[in-house]
Amino acid sequence: MAAQRISGILKNTIMYVGLFIFLLPFLLVILNSFKKTQHFIENPISWPKSFNFSNYVEAFDKMNFMQGFMNTFLITLFSVLLIILFAAMTGYLFVRFKWKVNKILFFTMLAAMTVPFQVIMIPLVMIYGNLGLLDSKLVLIFMYIGFGIPLGVFMFHGFIKGISYELEESSFIDGCNRQRTFFQIILPLLRPIIVTLAVLDVLWIWNDYLLPSLVLLSPDNRTLPLSTYAFFSSYSVDYGPLMAALVMTIIPVLILYIILQDYVIKGISEGAIK
Amino acid sequence: MKKNKRLNNVGIVLFFFGPALLAFEVVFMIPFFVGLYLTFTNWHIINNDWSFIGFSNYVEVFRDKTFLTQLEFTIWYVLFTVLISNFLAFFIALALTSGVKGERWLRAGYFTPNLIGGIVLGYLWQTLFSRVLPFLGEKYGWAWFETSWLTSTDKAFWALVIATSWQLAGYLMIIYIAGFSGVPKDVLEAASIDGANRWTILRKIVLRLSVPAIVVCIFLSLSRSFLTYDLNLSLTKGGPFGSTELATYHIVQKAFLSNQYAIGQAEAIILFIIVAAVALTQSYLLKKLEVEA
Repeated sequence: MAAQRISGILKNTIMYVGLFIFLLPFLLVILNSFKKTQHFIENPISWPKSFNFSNYVEAFDKMNFMQGFMNTFLITLFSVLLIILFAAMTGYLFVRFKWKVNKILFFTMLAAMTVPFQVIMIPLVMIYGNLGLLDSKLVLIFMYIGFGIPLGVFMFHGFIKGISYELEESSFIDGCNRQRTFFQIILPLLRPIIVTLAVLDVLWIWNDYLLPSLVLLSPDNRTLPLSTYAFFSSYSVDYGPLMAALVMTIIPVLILYIILQDYVIKGISEGAIK
Repeated sequence: MKKNKRLNNVGIVLFFFGPALLAFEVVFMIPFFVGLYLTFTNWHIINNDWSFIGFSNYVEVFRDKTFLTQLEFTIWYVLFTVLISNFLAFFIALALTSGVKGERWLRAGYFTPNLIGGIVLGYLWQTLFSRVLPFLGEKYGWAWFETSWLTSTDKAFWALVIATSWQLAGYLMIIYIAGFSGVPKDVLEAASIDGANRWTILRKIVLRLSVPAIVVCIFLSLSRSFLTYDLNLSLTKGGPFGSTELATYHIVQKAFLSNQYAIGQAEAIILFIIVAAVALTQSYLLKKLEVEA
């Protein structure tokens, strides 16, 4: 019994020490974000002399943080909302209208989920470049919808299959049409899938670099990953502000994570199983 | 009346499916087929010539020594990343499901590296490898760390593997934990009453029953590491001297810097075929080991 207890304590200790080591890279960046670059180079593992935010002020200004943040926020928000809405509607349609063409389209979408973005990016840039549609946040949102639809349809389709048709029938008898039935009866039932999909899509779109780097060309349109890249490329040795820039980029998602952690963990495990 | 109902149905379909279909076709399907056709043409940004030239772009790709070397580099990177991240994730998940205090917090903590994207991940580790580790190396005389890892090809390779595994491990851990919760407690109890030791239980029961989770995790880690781009750009920028360029990095350079769109696209399709073949083979082979509880 005592041996078991000791092994239990040992296991706990290992897991907590392990976590500390695991998160050390974050800690080092946070500590160094408060130091002057010169102090950082002299000793990158020391405790900062004082917690002074001048690096943050400098980085905030030079990387145009607010603009990057707002761009990322708007692009992520609208892309995710519209993916969820359109994917839910399509998933519903595929379940309730079992036409041949719908089946073919559903399998096309399943197949599309296996195709990596790398296979699409070159023709995408060629076509949209030719049409003069690059460098627009709206076009980028539209693209995210196109790429995000298949996974969403797949997840909603699986869930809606399990909802009994009787529920809808009674609403038809009450005189509701399809649209109203969908929005009032079906959509509220989809909450668990909506949360899972939102988690997966927010993490993807918020942090995405390759697609926006090809679409958004002007500095005014930059998202946070793009402005982080631009900032690091142009201030490559000024470590103090660079570390502050990293911390600032991480903070918004971190706050969201602290509030929604259970949903995030649940979303990841359920998203992967499907 | 009947015709009216039909029209009504078409209206409903357009309403429910219209936006999604439009986006999917215009953003995915059309570029996909244009891209496929592009690889069989002579197209170049200057000539805009769509004449058909058969497989010569693909032949060109296989003649390109640089691309083949980078493909090999990518395969080694994928191999070690998949092994290390899955090994770490499996054992963290195992420890966290065996009654550790504060399991929820630990799980949330190990997941945090996944909140950041490849660009931030790369700069974070670039700072560690080029500044923090050499500082420690000099201070304590650890020869291994004295120079920045990013200045030699072999060490930069490991820098890429370590940074990717650090992030992936927390993600895969979540999936393994979900997988382990499918292992019934009574089976484990029966085994330990029958005198099986922990190692046997792990090997013969837990491992066999979590095959579905292992398949998913290897699939995910394979495809994610095969397609790595952001981290490559921010951590090593392909250097030193282009020796750590992963496949996607090469494709982006080929298309958007050298303007060789057709060849870049052929490379992308070859990469896709490799990823699909490897991913399907592994899940086919591993699924054979699957047993029911």
